[in-house]
Amino acid sequence: MNQSNNPPVIQIKSLSAKYGEVTALKDINLNVYKGEIVGLIGPNGAGKTTLIKVLSGVKDCSEGEVLINQKSINSLSPSQRAMALAVVPQARQLGGAFSVEQAVLLGRTAYLGFLGKPASEDLLKAAWAMEQAGVDDLADRKLAEISGGEQQRVLLARALAQDTPALLLDEPTNHLDLRYQVNLLKLIKELVKKEGLSVLMAMHDLNQVSGIADRVLLLADGKEKALGSPKEVLTPENIRNTYQTEIETYTHPKTNKHMIFPAE
Amino acid sequence: MSIALGAVTIPPGNALRILLGRLPWLELSGNWPAYFETILLDLRLPHTILVALTGMALAGSGASFQGLFRNPLADPYLIGIASGAGLGAIVVMSVPQVGRFLIPVGAFLGGLITILAVYRLAKVGRMVPLTTLILAGVAIGSFASALTSFLMMISDEMILQAMNFLLGGSTVTGWEPLVIALPYFAVGLVLLILGGHSLNVLQFGEEQAQQLGLNVERVKLFIIISASLTTAAAVSFSGVIGFVGLVVPHIVRLIWGGDYRKLIPLSILGGGITLLLSDIVARTVMAPGYLPVGIVTSLIGAPFFLWILRRAKKEVFW
Repeated sequence: MNQSNNPPVIQIKSLSAKYGEVTALKDINLNVYKGEIVGLIGPNGAGKTTLIKVLSGVKDCSEGEVLINQKSINSLSPSQRAMALAVVPQARQLGGAFSVEQAVLLGRTAYLGFLGKPASEDLLKAAWAMEQAGVDDLADRKLAEISGGEQQRVLLARALAQDTPALLLDEPTNHLDLRYQVNLLKLIKELVKKEGLSVLMAMHDLNQVSGIADRVLLLADGKEKALGSPKEVLTPENIRNTYQTEIETYTHPKTNKHMIFPAE
Repeated sequence: MSIALGAVTIPPGNALRILLGRLPWLELSGNWPAYFETILLDLRLPHTILVALTGMALAGSGASFQGLFRNPLADPYLIGIASGAGLGAIVVMSVPQVGRFLIPVGAFLGGLITILAVYRLAKVGRMVPLTTLILAGVAIGSFASALTSFLMMISDEMILQAMNFLLGGSTVTGWEPLVIALPYFAVGLVLLILGGHSLNVLQFGEEQAQQLGLNVERVKLFIIISASLTTAAAVSFSGVIGFVGLVVPHIVRLIWGGDYRKLIPLSILGGGITLLLSDIVARTVMAPGYLPVGIVTSLIGAPFFLWILRRAKKEVFW
């Protein structure tokens, strides 16, 4: 795409990470450019979640470097990091006592002072984010009272309120029914187009990845197995080597997207 | 009310007039016995202020600890501060020829040393995992409690005094200790209130809090220091009073919700009121003797809390 004109927003350079003595990530290299969605796939335990944790500074890497807009994340304070990169975690029952609006406002934490008093700009940004994610009519509801799909969109709104160039999503369609899955992916696609975000998104459903991602990174055992367009990565051979599953591929007659289905 | 009632009852009207009479621009006089003034100004008034501060400290730090550990069972004593303070107090009691006025000093040091030890033991690299913190606190706490029990066993005459401390009988009287205690309470309470927003962010878990831009380790240290300082001050001067720090925050949460920027100041207010009321009961039901206030808070407070819990039909308050 615009890879030659602009430097990457997210730049991962020979990144390795360990849990104790166990290697979780080994020599990962990836650039994510402005306006691009990169899908992150791999079997359970491949290192998808670890990669998101290292990128967001929750876990230290053992080797290598991560740059956001050409600044090393290790040189950034927690609040500077949260202004550069937002994470949409999987919806869990956390913070249930907070209203949707309070939760989304916490996305402004990095911009607020120690006392957390929001300025009018913070309120505007939170309102904008709630509108984008379609949760503005839930503003006064408690998180514990809304559905899992709504919670996931609240977490997306909270990340949007962080107002960052880069967005990481950890299996955002997990536990959502089909309608919410489709809605959420559509919403993310629109936002990337409109706001020029750079998105790295861990996903389970390979056809969903193929439908939304510009490029795909396939991980297994913490290592890169393939990186490229969905068509280049989602081949019977790659999937056999990583998921130990036989698949066949076809091109969707209407969307022209590269699709897979199990061959057995 | 708190200053009026007690072993000697001073009519509330007189009590108010005595107090107001101390204001320089008011000329009030009345015919009450002179000892009324002594009891009121030198004993009751400092006692009342200390009780209020203690309740405020316990409920405020209880609310903070519940927020930090995201656990409704957390109370100010969770990570061992009461056991440490108890041990410190009893060590002082067991040394002959040492004045009672040193008991708060021993308790304060005991509490703070315990917290420091727990914090150091729980530290893994540059992080302090909260589960490790609780486990280290519980372990050191039971160790200190065992030592305390041992010291109580081997000295007969100390048992009553020690029990009194461990059940929340205040250790001091008069203005002097209050003046010493006041800065600790004041600083601690202000810090607790300032931590409200950070605790809100922490309710989404440490990982998300960090991704939202919170310096999680620094915030944890800040909350532990402020809550420990206030709790240590409370325990040192008023003994170990249970229940207030656990339940007042829950009652506030049931009524006003889980926003820590409101929850902590309201808990502080509620804790002060709760302990003052309990203290009035403790001083009057067995007059001229008195009960340790810790017994009263649990005896009356526990049923009251259960009643609130049943009445509040809100499903989600935590």
